[in-house]
Amino acid sequence: MPLLSVEELSVTFTARGRKDATAVDGVSFDVDQGQVVGLVGESGCGKSVTSLALMGLLPRKGVRIGGRAEFDGRNLLGISERKLRDLRGSQLAMIFQDPLSSLNPVVPIGIQVTEILQRHRGLKGEKARKEAASLLDRVGIPDPDRRLKEYPHQLSGGMRQRALIAMAVACAPRLLIADEPTTALDVTIQAQILELLKELVDQEGTALLMITHDLGVVAGLCDEVNVLYAGRAVESAGRRELFAHPTHPYAHGLLGSIPRLDAPRGEPLRPIRGSINDKIAWADGCAFAPRCDHYTLECLTGTPELTEPRATGHQVRCVNPVLPQAEVPA
Amino acid sequence: MLRLVVRRLLQLIPTLLGLSVLLFLWLNRLPGGPASAILGERATEAEVARINRALGLDEPVHVQYWRFLKRIFELDLGTSVQTGQPVWDEFTRAFPATVELSVAAILIAVVLGIPMGYLAAKHRGGWLDVASVSGSLLGICIPVFFLAVLLRGIFSVQLQWFPSQGRLDSGLNATDVTGFAVLDGLLTGEFDASWNAIMHLILPAVALASIPLAVIVRMTRASVLEVLGEDYIRTAESKGLDKRVVRGRHVLRNALLPVITAVGLLTGSLLSGAVLTESVFDFGGLGSFIRTAIDGRDYPVLVGFILFIAMVYVIINLLVDLAYSIIDPRVRVH
Amino acid sequence: MTILTNKADKIDRLAELTQSSEAVTGTSLWREAFRRMRSSKMAIIGAAIIAAFVLVAIVGPMLAPHGPTAQNWRSEVFPNQGKFVGMRGENWFGLDHLGRDMFSRWLVGARQTLLVGVVSMLIGLIIGAAVGILSGAAATLGGKVGQRVDTVIMRVTDIMLSLPSLLLAVSIAAVLGQSLTTVMIAVGVVQIPIFARLLRGSMLVQGGADYVLAAKAVGIRRKRIVLTQILPNSLSPVIVQATLSLATAIIEAAALSYLGLGNPDPAVPEWGVMLSQAQRFFDNEPMMAAYPAIGIIITALGFTLLGEAMREALDPKLRG
Repeated sequence: MPLLSVEELSVTFTARGRKDATAVDGVSFDVDQGQVVGLVGESGCGKSVTSLALMGLLPRKGVRIGGRAEFDGRNLLGISERKLRDLRGSQLAMIFQDPLSSLNPVVPIGIQVTEILQRHRGLKGEKARKEAASLLDRVGIPDPDRRLKEYPHQLSGGMRQRALIAMAVACAPRLLIADEPTTALDVTIQAQILELLKELVDQEGTALLMITHDLGVVAGLCDEVNVLYAGRAVESAGRRELFAHPTHPYAHGLLGSIPRLDAPRGEPLRPIRGSINDKIAWADGCAFAPRCDHYTLECLTGTPELTEPRATGHQVRCVNPVLPQAEVPA
Repeated sequence: MLRLVVRRLLQLIPTLLGLSVLLFLWLNRLPGGPASAILGERATEAEVARINRALGLDEPVHVQYWRFLKRIFELDLGTSVQTGQPVWDEFTRAFPATVELSVAAILIAVVLGIPMGYLAAKHRGGWLDVASVSGSLLGICIPVFFLAVLLRGIFSVQLQWFPSQGRLDSGLNATDVTGFAVLDGLLTGEFDASWNAIMHLILPAVALASIPLAVIVRMTRASVLEVLGEDYIRTAESKGLDKRVVRGRHVLRNALLPVITAVGLLTGSLLSGAVLTESVFDFGGLGSFIRTAIDGRDYPVLVGFILFIAMVYVIINLLVDLAYSIIDPRVRVH
Repeated sequence: MTILTNKADKIDRLAELTQSSEAVTGTSLWREAFRRMRSSKMAIIGAAIIAAFVLVAIVGPMLAPHGPTAQNWRSEVFPNQGKFVGMRGENWFGLDHLGRDMFSRWLVGARQTLLVGVVSMLIGLIIGAAVGILSGAAATLGGKVGQRVDTVIMRVTDIMLSLPSLLLAVSIAAVLGQSLTTVMIAVGVVQIPIFARLLRGSMLVQGGADYVLAAKAVGIRRKRIVLTQILPNSLSPVIVQATLSLATAIIEAAALSYLGLGNPDPAVPEWGVMLSQAQRFFDNEPMMAAYPAIGIIITALGFTLLGEAMREALDPKLRG
């Protein structure tokens, strides 16, 4: 049984006086023990909302959540607020995108680390401080004793993200959700942070749900990849399989739009046309159809089913998938 | 820290100097100057000249200004035309009553305003929110002196719950130590005097608190709303912390920073309000004193008062700045 | 006594908040704000109150059943006992301590109150705006000298703002003597630094915007940039403040009247004066104070509601 099993998760924002906006529209995926699973897509595809829904961090008012998210036998979407608070930080933890704004500016790093130790592990005083120092040390922050007394603005960007990671892994969670953890960082720091995450996951056997728009991150880290488009998974496969044979036109386009050094000189990049705003409702057909090169009338007859046109375990939600014969350049 | 204090104090100098120039000009150069104030409109020229000579107003302007400045530094604000007493002595005698009243008002405003603002933000759009937002708008729009008259009419004249004037019952023989009636009672063990002083304080303090309360509710509400949307609150929630910890350490500690500044800024309007409230309740502080000075066009008192208030205001804001720099680590470093 | 704590930082912040750094042209910004205000209860209630008030102020004095100074001694008027009930059938609001019809005085007072509010706001607005434009233009485009001019002007406004506004008004009124003009000038002068700072602040925000840089780059003359680019885009916080200032002015004028600096002419009753006269008799005849008080409170509320609604509608942070 997978550690986390998400089935048909949907999130709809229902602000008064506005049309309901569905951000996540039936996403399903599994995360096994110790596995690294990626959720990939461009901004607005619902990947961050998915993670917030799993953590129970969406506002209660004005949000409608549907589907199931089974974590270790419990439905995260149905349990009480109190139980969820017990889980968060101890078994489920999260790392956010912008480390500066994600840290409380007026509370020293030390307290922000020890408060979680006190909450879930009952550590207090000197014991908590020692443990916090060793956590900072573990995530590669030099001179942890001094850093504990400092405030977030005194740390560098990479250091702040390390501190956030220290807080997330403080209680050895079974599932770590990382929402674009490297986007706000310099490229060199990005690599270090990814390396650190990889290490922690390998050592502890923690499962990692990696949310990113960066295919480079996916290639370096993930075992399984789910490509999201307009609130739904359009393709799911193992990393190698996906990179070798992107089959949904969207995934195919995503990979095709990355500049490659080994591409022949003069060959143009192939961007995807339009933007994520050019979409149709999934209920009417494939949301990607307006931007798709392979689009036919068939695409407009209801939500396409998930099929496995290429290999078992490689699921694609498309009626005209990109298969080898179609790949012949026109 | 010390450098910050010194720098702030240095920044005060031009402000206070500028203020003294304005006041000096106001006192001496505008129509209806001191001579006509003392003698009335129908004074003869000879009389005016005599007064001007007596006050040194016939000397060159810069000499006069220099003397004016020197006297300020010696805390010599002149003598009151009405009472004949030195203005500075009058102030120091009346000041404790005003301080007591203002502190009581600020306490009421802070103790009620911050929880109200927090709850309003937390339940945004709910009845509590609507009630406190409209209540604070209304609070801003009620003239303070009318509120004071209204409270006095209802609670002391009609219901007789509270005394209607003064700081202490006249029959009460309380020992005066510091000039702060409530504090004196505690220091000397005359607890009945303290209680009596508190009863006298409640209505004027409530009236005076109306505007600060309204401002604090609105500030706190806006500030909490802003903080609740911050990423670090999401982080705190993601750590599964107790609600109490999230509220105190993460929401309020950040949200109250701007409120502290607001409280400092409120002292100015508080002092204006005190003038009005005190005169309704005949409270005997600076306010009552100034009221009589306005009625009698007692210029030395008015000038001294404005200078005095400006200094108080400037000092309180300095203290708020310092408090802010202690609470907010981001300011501390720079 | 003022609605904003009317001090430097707060004013600058308002200037910042109500600005967007994009080159939104004045009209489209206001069209959008107007659209948002139409669905705001605050704005609708505020506008309705103001409309009613203005109507009463214009038409009211013509409909007044009695002259504002006509005394009626036939009724039970005993000023020494604090009793002057009057005949309810004829004198809807009763009589005042001199046997004058309160309702008529209230109607005439509405016009005076509006006059005091508008004139003192205009004094503050016009002078303040002139100073603000000078300072803002000097700071954005005046180079080294301009910056120095700006600093001096801002220092002076700082000094004015460091005085409690009511006391500033009192000291002005004390010099000028007791009259309606005095009240208007005193209340108006207090508003000058607020408007000056506000306009300067928003001009600085606009002056740093990319579209101004672009205008400079293509070589448009400085004066033209200030007048055609920066100024129109800086006006919205000033308009918000003007609305809020009307409320402040009315309340502050009442406070001045209470301190004995108001208009002494009985022929032109003003709500603040009526209220301050009535408070002496409050214990016996509370309604005599209640009518002018309610007038002041409701009117101030109207302007405050509309001003706050405008501020919300113009706030780029809240703009959807």
